[in-house]
Amino acid sequence: MNVSVPTLPSLRLALVGNPNCGKTALFNALTGSRQKVANYPGVTVERKEGNFVSPIGRPVVAIDLPGTYSLRGRSPDEVVTRDAILGRLEGDQRPDMLVCVADATNLRIMLRLVLELRNAGIPMLLALNMMDIARYRGITIDVDGLSAELGIPVITTVAVSPDGTQALLQQIDAMANAGLASTEPHWHALDASEVRDAHHLADRLVDRFVSHPANDRDWTRRIDRILLNPAGGLLILLAVLFLVFQAVFSWATLPMEWISAGFDWLAQTVSAILPAGLLSSLITDGVITGVGSVLVFLPQIIILFFFIILLEDFGYMARAAFLMDRIVGGAGLHGRSFIPLLSSFACAIPGIMATRVIENRRQRLATIMVAPLMTCSARIPVYTLIISAFIPNRQVWGMVNLQGLVMFSLYAAGIVSAFAVALVFRTFVWRGKSEPFIMELPGYKRPLVRSVLLGVVQRAIIFLKRAGTIILSMMILIWFLSTFPAPPEGATGPAIHYSFAGIIGHALQPLLAPIGFNWQIAVALIPGLAAREVAVGALATVYAIGGDASGSALSQTLSAQWSLATALSLLAWYVFAPQCASTLGVVRRETNSWRWPVAMFVYMMVLAYIASFVVYQSAIALGG
Amino acid sequence: MAPIENTAAGPITGVIRLGDGARGLRGLVVAVGFSALSNLATDGKAKRNDGEFDAELERRLLEIGFVEGAHVEILHEGLFGRDPIAVKVDTMRVALRRHEANAILVQPEPGRVGRP
Repeated sequence: MNVSVPTLPSLRLALVGNPNCGKTALFNALTGSRQKVANYPGVTVERKEGNFVSPIGRPVVAIDLPGTYSLRGRSPDEVVTRDAILGRLEGDQRPDMLVCVADATNLRIMLRLVLELRNAGIPMLLALNMMDIARYRGITIDVDGLSAELGIPVITTVAVSPDGTQALLQQIDAMANAGLASTEPHWHALDASEVRDAHHLADRLVDRFVSHPANDRDWTRRIDRILLNPAGGLLILLAVLFLVFQAVFSWATLPMEWISAGFDWLAQTVSAILPAGLLSSLITDGVITGVGSVLVFLPQIIILFFFIILLEDFGYMARAAFLMDRIVGGAGLHGRSFIPLLSSFACAIPGIMATRVIENRRQRLATIMVAPLMTCSARIPVYTLIISAFIPNRQVWGMVNLQGLVMFSLYAAGIVSAFAVALVFRTFVWRGKSEPFIMELPGYKRPLVRSVLLGVVQRAIIFLKRAGTIILSMMILIWFLSTFPAPPEGATGPAIHYSFAGIIGHALQPLLAPIGFNWQIAVALIPGLAAREVAVGALATVYAIGGDASGSALSQTLSAQWSLATALSLLAWYVFAPQCASTLGVVRRETNSWRWPVAMFVYMMVLAYIASFVVYQSAIALGG
Repeated sequence: MAPIENTAAGPITGVIRLGDGARGLRGLVVAVGFSALSNLATDGKAKRNDGEFDAELERRLLEIGFVEGAHVEILHEGLFGRDPIAVKVDTMRVALRRHEANAILVQPEPGRVGRP
């Protein structure tokens, strides 16, 4: 064996910078797809780590720290950044080197942070990123002068260009070769006057070393004139949303059919191989059908996140938050609540995961609590079944389809109630000052396809991990309830009658009678907790309709057996009821407490009962 | 850039709160934070003090670049109540609500007070 090249010791470096400085793009350029995304222990802050090898063969571990404007640590993200740099993070080594990433077109704010970071005692360098845009706009920076004045190496990078990280890589090697020695941090939280002083120092640096042309070719300003036009901007936002939803629902149809056909095939194959019995039932009815009923939303989630990340990288999401702030702010929510609520129309799970961008804990919790009221696509099969069975397919007021109108009303009821509930939270639970809405509007950038796809893949993996853990365990629990105890000898009805689900359903029935639910509905609601659309299959089981559960047979049975009042009551129930164990599991995960999922379950249950009661009793009174 | 003299001895004349500004307003920040404003304001409207909350707001505004001497320009306004506003602060753009912008006192450039 030829050991000619001694192995260089590995180096840990951390990327730190303001939000929107292109830090993640630089991280992607350095590490490619060799990334691990996980959570920091105990908090729902994403930890991104990646590996690469420097030009002289030094193995490097890079960490992409959450973006921040200061080390003060206002939000969980910012606390992680501060603690990682100061070596206070449990189980995480302090980095050997800091790469401060600055947007070269907006240096001032980052220079302020660099001055603060000097107190961290870690060797660092400053990377002036997005140098291509700065050059295009005619901004010139005296890199050597800035480096001499700051006393740290300064290099320029273009994260989106293939060789745009060369100078950075060489500088990392040079610094590592010269020896890196950290000292004890002597950082303290800056008070307002110290922040002012640091700003004025940064301003003087900018005045000395940066020159802006008189005629700045700044595209952002021109694009904003259209996209942030008070009325036009909102119309454009609506049009964008319309297109995104069209894509989510139409492009996803085919892959969703494949996934559900795939799971059906898998369930049939497994049940053909395994001897009939409990194991076969657990695997086919519990695991395969259960997980399949959630995984079927993967295509929608992928398409939704593709657009969200694309618009985010372009710089539009901050504009959407700006345009919507007043509208969602009326209910005490934050401009940033808008995207999570939007995602919840596909599925509340990615929506709740997306609330991480909201810095303020109260507003984040309020957003999480109302997200499940948005009509997710799992409600669609239930709505479709009942509407097609009970609402006549005819035109009203000349041109409006009655079935479509009912569907629209159900969506509207979800949105209106979400705002109302948020307002109640704001008025009664979290009184006091609303969190300031202060947000940078980044310059527009051309999104990088590779970066967007990488982001989508990471989201999809997170969702699949959820499906593999929380969702799977919920499915097994619900399968258990629907299967045990087994029906007695000589039983005639479907097995679910005799199970815990059946027992609970029968026991609940008197409670549900005032809202017009018969025992069949009560029993179907229990497995329906796995995922809303599972209730459709459960109803088919209870009414002992074999074969195609979504077909017209069930629809005909229901219209024969239920009154219109019962049907409308069930629709109202589905607008509000917390019929999704996975959502509750994710809320538990994201809030690190049982308090919030329990609160969510209770308030949604109460709302559902009241809504169904009102609908049922009014329908009866009107002769339904 | 020379720091702006903002002695608390006498009220500064001609200054307005950023939150009262209209699109097109351009000027220099002369004071940040409601506590600083209560010394400077002439009309009493800004006279309020809410301890912790205001100190936090002041630091956040400072950290995102609203510091005495910064150039500001109101670029865009929202549709409802012309709120929130998008402000250019030196080289960056920041969106904020008028309520928060009221913690920033601006000396407008002559002729750049914005749409009335």
